[in-house]
Amino acid sequence: MLGFGILSGLLVLPLVGAAFILTLRGDSEAAKSNARWAALATTVLTFLLSLVAWSRFDTGTASFQLIESHVWLTDTIRFKLGVDGFSMPFILLTTFLMPFCILASWDSIQHRVKEYFVAFLVLEMTMIGVFAALDLVLFYLFFEAGLIPMFLIIGIWGGKRRIYASFKFFLYTLLGSVLMLLAIMAMYWAAGTTDIPTLLQFKFAENLQTWLWLAFFASFAVKMPMWPVHTWLPDAHVEAPTGGSVILAAILLKMGGYGFIRVSIPMFPDASHYFAPMVFALSVIAIVYTSLVALVQTDMKKLIAYSSVAHMGFVTMGLFSMNPQGIQGAMFQMISHGLVSGALFLCVGVVYDRIHTRDIAAYGGLVERMPLYAVAFMIFTMANVGLPGTSGFVGEFLTLLGAFQANTTVSFLATTGVILSACYALWLYRRIIFGVLDKPQLKTIMDLNRREMVILAPLVLLVIYYGVQPAPILDAFAAPTEALLKSYEAALATVKTAALAAH
Amino acid sequence: MYHAIVFLPLVGFLIAGLFGRILGPRPSEIITTAFLFIAAALSWIAFFDVGFGSGATRIQVAQWMSVGDFVADWAFRIDTLTVVMLIVVNTVSALVHLYSIGYMSEDPHRSRFFAYLSLFTFAMLALVTADNLLQMFFGWEGVGLASYLLIGFWYQKESANAAAIKAFVVNRVGDFGFLLGIFTLFVLFDSVAFEQIFPRVAEFADQRFVFLGYEWHALTIAALLLFMGAMGKSAQFLLHTWLPDAMEGPTPVSALIHAATMVTAGVFMVARMSPVFEYAPTALTVVTVIGAITAFFAATVGLVQNDIKRVIAYSTCSQLGYMFVALGVGAYGVGVFHLFTHAFFKALLFLGAGSVIHAMHHEQDMRNMGALRKYIPFTTAMMAIGTLALTGFPFTAGYYSKDAVIEAAYAAHNSAGTFAFVATVVAAFMTSFYSWRLFFMTFEGKSHWSEAHHNGSTHEGVEHDDHSHDVEPASHAQHDHGHHAEHKPHESPLVMLLPLAVLALGALIAGLLFHGAFIGEGAADFWKGAIYTRPDNHILEEMHHLPGWVPLLPTAMMILGFLLAVYMYIIDAKKPAQLAADNPVLYRFLLNKWYFDELYDAIFVRPAIGLGRFLWRMGDGRIIDGLGPDGVSARVLDVTRGVVRVQTGYLYHYAFAMLIGVAAFITFYLFRGAH
Repeated sequence: MLGFGILSGLLVLPLVGAAFILTLRGDSEAAKSNARWAALATTVLTFLLSLVAWSRFDTGTASFQLIESHVWLTDTIRFKLGVDGFSMPFILLTTFLMPFCILASWDSIQHRVKEYFVAFLVLEMTMIGVFAALDLVLFYLFFEAGLIPMFLIIGIWGGKRRIYASFKFFLYTLLGSVLMLLAIMAMYWAAGTTDIPTLLQFKFAENLQTWLWLAFFASFAVKMPMWPVHTWLPDAHVEAPTGGSVILAAILLKMGGYGFIRVSIPMFPDASHYFAPMVFALSVIAIVYTSLVALVQTDMKKLIAYSSVAHMGFVTMGLFSMNPQGIQGAMFQMISHGLVSGALFLCVGVVYDRIHTRDIAAYGGLVERMPLYAVAFMIFTMANVGLPGTSGFVGEFLTLLGAFQANTTVSFLATTGVILSACYALWLYRRIIFGVLDKPQLKTIMDLNRREMVILAPLVLLVIYYGVQPAPILDAFAAPTEALLKSYEAALATVKTAALAAH
Repeated sequence: MYHAIVFLPLVGFLIAGLFGRILGPRPSEIITTAFLFIAAALSWIAFFDVGFGSGATRIQVAQWMSVGDFVADWAFRIDTLTVVMLIVVNTVSALVHLYSIGYMSEDPHRSRFFAYLSLFTFAMLALVTADNLLQMFFGWEGVGLASYLLIGFWYQKESANAAAIKAFVVNRVGDFGFLLGIFTLFVLFDSVAFEQIFPRVAEFADQRFVFLGYEWHALTIAALLLFMGAMGKSAQFLLHTWLPDAMEGPTPVSALIHAATMVTAGVFMVARMSPVFEYAPTALTVVTVIGAITAFFAATVGLVQNDIKRVIAYSTCSQLGYMFVALGVGAYGVGVFHLFTHAFFKALLFLGAGSVIHAMHHEQDMRNMGALRKYIPFTTAMMAIGTLALTGFPFTAGYYSKDAVIEAAYAAHNSAGTFAFVATVVAAFMTSFYSWRLFFMTFEGKSHWSEAHHNGSTHEGVEHDDHSHDVEPASHAQHDHGHHAEHKPHESPLVMLLPLAVLALGALIAGLLFHGAFIGEGAADFWKGAIYTRPDNHILEEMHHLPGWVPLLPTAMMILGFLLAVYMYIIDAKKPAQLAADNPVLYRFLLNKWYFDELYDAIFVRPAIGLGRFLWRMGDGRIIDGLGPDGVSARVLDVTRGVVRVQTGYLYHYAFAMLIGVAAFITFYLFRGAH
């Protein structure tokens, strides 16, 4: 079909849905309902299509697959799409979570309904674009464009301090993206192309690598977010509507990690090696620092947001430990965190829809009236704590194991996060779920309704399934990780021999 | 068969957990209990099969994860050590299930309770059947979760919630060490499977390993890190604080988890890892010393506690110390044997205490008991058997195992062993004293339950802390205490007494029947290599060549302790209060458990929260935000307010910035193209 493949389909489908919603007229209940159903249908179809893509995907090889390439700006800057083992799981995660976000917004969004769902569908398109892009300019475009709908979602449908939050979001990301753009220009200048597969083979001069690495790091570190550029995240989460929080935590944060594995580490191996200690230091600080901060939060969403920063610390630590356990563990941790943190924000959304406060002190004893909710929340809390048997453990364990092989001190300090996460997560659970139900506004609170069960049940099953059988995800990462490490070691070896020859 | 043993409790958990609300409590109770009895019966078959028959085997269930050269399976390692644990876990668990049908009969959340019990059993079985460190860690944390859920079972009780979190977090501190131990062993052996590690340990006997910037003896650091995990789970000195608080859970839980099975997981782990510990003599010394300190320390605290469950909890803590002493001097079989017998008599004591509490309408303070022998004679008899076994009355279970621990400590012939010998002998005396104190205060003397419920605070001369008046809040919790006189203490139903009888049988004869196999002449044939000892480890041999007074000493201590208890609580009942009043500092020190909770609160909990608050307000708020986005945005706002009068909306700022970026890029590209 005109040379457009399945990945283009994944990009176009949400846009078609968005266009359809825009054609809906009026602001009646019927129009709102149509918009909801259209958005749900679109996201479900997109998910099904991504499953088709998955079925055609071969996890045994490290090379890019489902490639399609069209002339775009010029011959060298092309509209090129393709996936490998690193990106495919993220596309699936994106398309899988989208329907849940739509469902989570079903009743809670009551004004500007159409625009809300349009923003979400456009957001989905850009997120899939980031993971499927095989051209750096295209990657940049999707990477940045995704911020616009997110910005709108926070700014329009957000809470009281939404303007402040979106402003912060804007300032942080602007800084990073300008530097990234400069770096892309420099890369084009040096290599004559922005084609990612070609750049992966290209050997940048060591000196240039350092600068390019730093420029990309500025962008990815903000996205991750790494300490100390993490302060936008708690505010953004707190102000965003539930669906927005889910996407923010589950997908948008993963773009930073994806950027590291797609660009920084393979294209600038020498610089990555050089800067690894710094990344370790920032990761460990993030884990300990934000866990301690999470301990004293009084706002549910803020607490989970800080715990996200801590969990992302495990990811960066694992990525830069440069061994299979570290890298695959970090990638798995991102997928797992996508499911778990997404689910936790959905859980917060459930009670927020009922009581309209995120203040932890306003809750207590919910298990009395909401036993099903208590069970789901318990499972996600335990996954957040990294209990073996949940997906949270696999990523945490492997990244720590990877880091231990690289540097025992880093791993030692990061493992304290295991203790701290238990403290803040259980403390949160106790204050919300356990205790005596004596607050008058909670006396009539209802347990999960059918829609909420449909949202949470699949996540519960997946979190446990991947905790016991992580192979389906881990295996997808295996081949590209092996290839990455091989080329990384080869690059370092040439540097070493060059250094030896110079003496 | 092994699949059934391990997975039946899981199936029971799923049925009771998922469908308990539909099925109702009674079917949930019956299903989970029946499954456990089947599993227990199969375990005994397996025990005789493996222990006195064919030997070890490995059963692969599935692969868990495989990353690079790191591979972890779901698999069962069946050897003598495993089957010993299987019978301990499943027998006690089945009996506790049965007992709970009676004990919990008034609780509206019975399905949930039985689901948790079965979940715990499954996790414990996964732990003891593990064939690699990772699966062991799965079970390890799984029992931690079940323990957390069961301690906090009465979630409306503030103190229960606090105790549950405390248990989980303190265990996590231990797990922190366990994880690092796993990492270290993986780096050394390139595997976490026992089959890969154990045969190759000797190769690494002199290996060095750099950890935290220092070079260590590799196996010592690995063993010490693993032992840290064991300290957490088995409530050893420094990481013991959670165990007494865990008594907030229902009493059957205390019997199953906090006496017979979970807390012995640390002992099991050290025995399982005996090949590693054997090549880490320094680590073994640490194990001995920590075990000895725990045995002594917990016994001292047990002397003055007034809550019946807390006395037994400290006794458990102390007995776990004995087990570690045995492990530390290289007598792994003795340690596991004490684990085995202890499971019977300690579960018996806890369930007996539960029966007393049940009879007393959920009263736990011993000062409000007394003279119960006439009202609940069967329970009294059972408690007497448990006490005899614990204190090591000749030919009961404790006589064989506990005395063997003390003898092993003496036979070690090194300074740590001597220290442990002295500590355990003194602790044996205290054990006997506090056990009989408990017995006399509860069953003998005058009854304190009819009249005095509210003046209990000055019984022993000094005010007691607020922990010592725990009440289990089943439906009786709302009961008006003033009417107790009308409710005479009553004997428990048969469903509760039956498990007591079975456990009492075990407490009487388990030592007599099995000491030959576990620690006697049949030991080598019985263990068949499941416990590794170095060729130069002759501790079992030397235990037979001790001076004549050594084996007699523990028995003498038992008699002395008994006599002192008789004197202080039967003959001269005013003595305890007088002693407490004469030594208020010591009494308070012991009553408040050496002030460990206060100490940890001051040096860990408060600073962590303070630091968190500081980092949040100061680090995030003032420094990062203040110098970063807020400062910048304040400037930006100043500028935009000046320049752009019209309200543009922030989106346009952003889009504008992006546009500039793209424009710059295209300009650049065109510029390049011109060359």
